[in-house]
Amino acid sequence: MKRLLTATLIAAALASPAYAAKDTITVGMQLEPPNLDPTGGAAAAIREVNYLNMFEGLTRVDENLNPHPLLAESWTISADGLTYTFKLHTGVKFHDGAAFDCSVVKFTYERAVGPDSTNGQKGYFEPIAKTECPDPATAVVTLKRPTGRFLFAMGLSDSVMISPATAATNKATPVGTGPFRFSRWVKGDRVEMLRNDSYWGAKPALKMVTFRFISDPTAAAAAVMAGDLDAFPNFPAPETLDQIRADKRFTVAIGTSSGKVVLSLNNARAPFDDVRVRRALAHAIDRKALIDALGGGGTPIGSHYVPGDAAYIDLSNTYPYDPAKARALLAEAGVKPGFVMTLRLPPPAYARRGGEVIAAMLEQVGITAKIENIEWAQWLDQVFGKSTNFDATIVAHVEARDLDVFARDFYYFNYKNTEYRAIYAKYIEAADPAAQIALAQQLQRKLAEDQPAVFLYAGAKTGVWNAKLRGLWINGPIPANHMAVVSWVD
Amino acid sequence: MNLFLFRRVLGLLATVLAASLVVFIVLEVLPSDPAALMLGTDARPDTLAALRRELGLDQPSWWRFVTWIGNLLRGDLGISYTYRVPVSELIGARVEVTLPLAMMAIGLSTSIAIPIGVFSASRRGAASDTAMMAGAQLGIAMPNFWLGILFILVFAVWLGWFPAGGFAGWDKGVGAALHSLVLPAFALALPQAAILSRVTRASVLETLGQDYVRTARAKGLTATVALWRHAVPNALIPVATILGLQFSFLLAGTVIIENVFTLPGLGRLMFQSIAQRDLIVVQDLVVLMATSVIVINFVVDMIYRLLDPRIGAGAQ
Repeated sequence: MKRLLTATLIAAALASPAYAAKDTITVGMQLEPPNLDPTGGAAAAIREVNYLNMFEGLTRVDENLNPHPLLAESWTISADGLTYTFKLHTGVKFHDGAAFDCSVVKFTYERAVGPDSTNGQKGYFEPIAKTECPDPATAVVTLKRPTGRFLFAMGLSDSVMISPATAATNKATPVGTGPFRFSRWVKGDRVEMLRNDSYWGAKPALKMVTFRFISDPTAAAAAVMAGDLDAFPNFPAPETLDQIRADKRFTVAIGTSSGKVVLSLNNARAPFDDVRVRRALAHAIDRKALIDALGGGGTPIGSHYVPGDAAYIDLSNTYPYDPAKARALLAEAGVKPGFVMTLRLPPPAYARRGGEVIAAMLEQVGITAKIENIEWAQWLDQVFGKSTNFDATIVAHVEARDLDVFARDFYYFNYKNTEYRAIYAKYIEAADPAAQIALAQQLQRKLAEDQPAVFLYAGAKTGVWNAKLRGLWINGPIPANHMAVVSWVD
Repeated sequence: MNLFLFRRVLGLLATVLAASLVVFIVLEVLPSDPAALMLGTDARPDTLAALRRELGLDQPSWWRFVTWIGNLLRGDLGISYTYRVPVSELIGARVEVTLPLAMMAIGLSTSIAIPIGVFSASRRGAASDTAMMAGAQLGIAMPNFWLGILFILVFAVWLGWFPAGGFAGWDKGVGAALHSLVLPAFALALPQAAILSRVTRASVLETLGQDYVRTARAKGLTATVALWRHAVPNALIPVATILGLQFSFLLAGTVIIENVFTLPGLGRLMFQSIAQRDLIVVQDLVVLMATSVIVINFVVDMIYRLLDPRIGAGAQ
């Protein structure tokens, strides 16, 4: 009976007309975006849904963080590095039919720096002195000071072009210039988008994309196994990977991310103000063992930069795992065995599970780490916001190329180092790519030496998807699902 | 009766007001800043201030409480901080999932538990009674989320009969929508049915020992008729109480099952809004749930009167 049924099904499948490849996809994400406006909220989930899909900027970055032309087809930079002249694509329309031209660029950038701006990366726009429109297809942006990463910053999702007509409603019904247009959002469940048939560039192969939000890792794995989802680009259940790898239906892709998991220390509080203590903590942690214990993969790091980026240098062996050395350094700094510190841990597994592993390692060098589990809102308020009130925490810094966080006047590490700031000032103004790379490496070395935070590992990006899918990003240096380049093969 | 109703409504209003005040104060005290949560770690102080202004968070808290309550009385639940849509719209969409799920679960648990409980009681001590009560014990011991994961594994991943989670939506047809609620409804219903069947059994056993049942048998009724006509109706009051509690639980407490099956229901909305500090949604949900619990209790009280007219008579 069973064989007969199988035979019938095969016959039915063969008899059906030879379809072109499938043109819809359901993509799983762990978190739901709070809203869909990338210029009014920092959540990674917003970008994973709409960056390069619904919204586009003058430039874009690829999966290796290189900037490329997008709505600007080319540009010239003045010799002093202060004036950027963008030549814009003509004939580009927003999904509601409004035209894209220089006035939109001017509106977008002025809105981002304006007093009512709620752009989470307002700092990217702060160097802009003015935006001028000599003609509709040309935008001239003048900066207050040279900014080496301007093209990169203008390619990120915080810098996408926003139409004046829809700026106020993008949170619920996003309208951009991208290859997909918003269709509907079933809150708590899914966001659907459809191909934009009047797109100015190459049309995507997919006709419809559905993002489904599944926060529970077990449920996510089940939805993949049951075939309810075609792809889960940031797969949250590493413990099921072996099972999925063994299944011919799926591809498991391990790539790099910009996530730097660090044991952040309060550099303003004794004894963490002593560099010997911070180095001792670095010696006390076996990064390889930590990565293995967490099961999600990753690469040990010794500074605030990730492999895969052109300027990366491997400093993970600056303070290799050496408990004896750690104890010696602690003794030298006057930290007695039995010293108690608190470790405040936000919800993700890398922090909670990782915190327990690290506490056990610290115990080996005579430090008792008292664990306090807190939720994100508390972490932001108590650790990040009132940064005087913590010893240490574990957190992933996920922004790409965020060497600036150690140079800020106010940031929760309280690392106030004039030497680092001086190098950073040179780095941010360097226009020459080779000079930028050299300075980025100098910054990495300085951080490795000082260990304002104990740099643990660069997180891997684990993606799981149907073996017949092509084009999904393997690396995830910025939160994005670039669906226009994704297609099915037979 | 009218006085009774009047007192109940007054009590309802007082309770809801107290609940709203408590939840508001708790959320005020809770360390959090919705704006910081939304704008992330790179936000500048002036950006945070702009968003707080936009959300009205720069107003003093007493003023926010008064405006909230005032708007509630006019039927306006406010605008969600994170989603930026009216809260009534959000809650409305979630009720469409949670209410049918709760009704399915309560329907299932009642139709499983009452026959089992009555049957068990009528065959007290027999092998079938022991087997059923052992099964019920197992059901009580089994947490519903574990049962849910088991169901997903068996019926979605292995057999492929049901989706592994998610809600198809009513616009995809009643069949498809109900289809996606079957597994979660069973996962919710079975542990509840286990409790309910034990309560039913105990209650029926108690009434079976009453004089009027003996009288019924003495006047010549068969055991079955005496059971169904005299013992069971009298045994239903504790059952109704438990049912009322379970229904309240199903409306408010399905957060775990909704997470396991990724259903966009009220429980998950509550969970999400607390995590994201969408304070106005949390406040509205607490008030809504307090109201529904009170209304359900009221309905249960009314059912007592139907089941046992003496209760109403005593109050007059």
